[in-house]
Amino acid sequence: MTATPIYNFAYLDEQTKRMIRRAILKAIAIPGYQVPFASREMPMPYGWGTGGVQVTASVLGPDDVLKVIDQGADDTTNAVSIRKFFEKTAGVATTTRTREATVIQTRHRIPEEPLGESQILVYQVPIPEPLRFLEPRETETRQMHALEDYGLMHVKLYEDIARHGHIATTYAYPIKVEGRYVMDPSPIPKFDNPKMDMSPALQLFGAGREQRIYALPPYTQVISLDFEDHPFERTKFDKPCGLCGATGVYLDEVVTDDRGGRLFVCSDTDYCEERRGGQA
Amino acid sequence: MYVAVKGGEAAIEAAHNLLAHERRGDPALPEITAAQIREQLSLAVNRVMCEGSLYDPDLAALAIKQARGDLIEAIFLARAYRTTLPRFGYAEPADTGAMHIRRRISATYKDLPGGQVLGPTFDYTHRLLDPALAEAGSAPTPERAAAAESEASPHVTALLNHEGLIESNRPHDPAAPVCDVTRGALAFPAGRDLRLQALARGDEGFLLALGYSTQRGYGRTHPFAGEIRMGEVEISFVPEELGFEVPLGEVRLTECEMVNQFAGSADAPPQFTRGYGLVFGHSERKAMSMALVDRALRTAEFGEEVVAPAQDAEFVLSHADNVQATGFVEHLKLPHYVDFQAELALLRQLRAEWEADRAAPPARHAEAAE
Repeated sequence: MTATPIYNFAYLDEQTKRMIRRAILKAIAIPGYQVPFASREMPMPYGWGTGGVQVTASVLGPDDVLKVIDQGADDTTNAVSIRKFFEKTAGVATTTRTREATVIQTRHRIPEEPLGESQILVYQVPIPEPLRFLEPRETETRQMHALEDYGLMHVKLYEDIARHGHIATTYAYPIKVEGRYVMDPSPIPKFDNPKMDMSPALQLFGAGREQRIYALPPYTQVISLDFEDHPFERTKFDKPCGLCGATGVYLDEVVTDDRGGRLFVCSDTDYCEERRGGQA
Repeated sequence: MYVAVKGGEAAIEAAHNLLAHERRGDPALPEITAAQIREQLSLAVNRVMCEGSLYDPDLAALAIKQARGDLIEAIFLARAYRTTLPRFGYAEPADTGAMHIRRRISATYKDLPGGQVLGPTFDYTHRLLDPALAEAGSAPTPERAAAAESEASPHVTALLNHEGLIESNRPHDPAAPVCDVTRGALAFPAGRDLRLQALARGDEGFLLALGYSTQRGYGRTHPFAGEIRMGEVEISFVPEELGFEVPLGEVRLTECEMVNQFAGSADAPPQFTRGYGLVFGHSERKAMSMALVDRALRTAEFGEEVVAPAQDAEFVLSHADNVQATGFVEHLKLPHYVDFQAELALLRQLRAEWEADRAAPPARHAEAAE
């Protein structure tokens, strides 16, 4: 009864993987549409990447090279934990180099280095429904998507402008996919939104607790919602990275002392390290 | 000086070692065994089996030990193990009418066929700490009823039903598909099968609070505890290749049938309505709460208006699962500094604009207001 459990390749049993792959295929066929799937309990908590882990487990093959990042970094604790999980259960090769990876699981960032056709980017998604904070009921939001009724979202963005003079959404900034579904890009900073548009990589989104999978096939048009007179603006940083000097990248603010000292450094640790290695 | 968040791997390992050390407690004291937990903390074991949706007292006891007594963590361990088990089929419906009764009470009739059986209950104990329990000692030997005394105990609701005073349960239809909350995404509107499954594995505390809220007027149902019974029920299974029932064993269940105030219409005379609770092991609090919430969730079915949280299926079912809830609440511990940075930048910008706006001549205000 309590014999040592022996798990299948990449933890999930093949029937579960097949069920998830079906959901993924459907998601790819209808870009931006949230496909319900029978999410499983995973050996890590809901909200800690169970959706991404299930998607990764279902697409991973023995020859894949896996990279896992959280906040853009390979060495944040949860990224370490998930990478170790797949090292243990799938025995696949892992890397921190973006260009070496065939599957990249991410939380909250898209790597700075452009992705290629042979790569899959798997996003961990907490709340897949972009309309959820405007309408808490799933029965209502599903109908709104079906009817392409996105007026509520536009009103929200308009009210932001009326109150603040800007759209006051800085992450999980809503996008429109191929002119049809409004989609939540997961809580990536809006800085990363333009990287999704026409990406050669396959982008998969897994929300375990909410039991949804959705996808952006390669070369899918992704537009961040905006208005003609208030066009979408990417977050800009007025300083380069304090370590590698990169500009046009997303920076983390690091508090260096208790007297207001701040250092701005690349959030993508692999990108930063590679640049510094190149300089040396 | 900037120190990168390096060493995550070493930190995790060290933290896990420390956790194991803390779990063991003072090594001068004997280590608790899973068997002791199974036998002496059996109500905790029952809760883990119920909300973990896995009837296995040994594994539940192990989970409690591993979780240092944190029952939601133990439930999570049970669930994560359960989900890896192959599913070879579905058991036949359990017949709780044929239960080997260890406890059975009705609050609606003083006496009834089968009798009232108090069984092992905290009810009517005085909640005075017992210093004798601080020391090891022996427990009294319980009296046993003679075998001849046990008689058939029909469900109280079946007795009521002779007169048509309570709504009939829908007859069992073996051909009708039954949802499986563990094998499909929760979908709305949710049928009663799905609702009952979600409630059965839902958090005891959450359901207790919701059930309580209906008693205090947030979706009142005027409940009577028609019957609560607890005991062993045989579970059987029909393997496809055999085509006949094979008993798999017994499980201990607690069942609660609430009798609630009337519904009736132009077409149907007034009748009591039902709320149902069924849980693994011995847990009356959970079974009763479940029955109250089940009845509350049938509000729309009786043509009543949904006004209270306990009546709202989307609200109740989406938030009843404590493994999901604890995961999402606790995920706030994970780093969010990328998004926080984005918010910081926006807030600084908004504040700068606000300052500039205040410093500007009033004419601009008038313009902006238009």
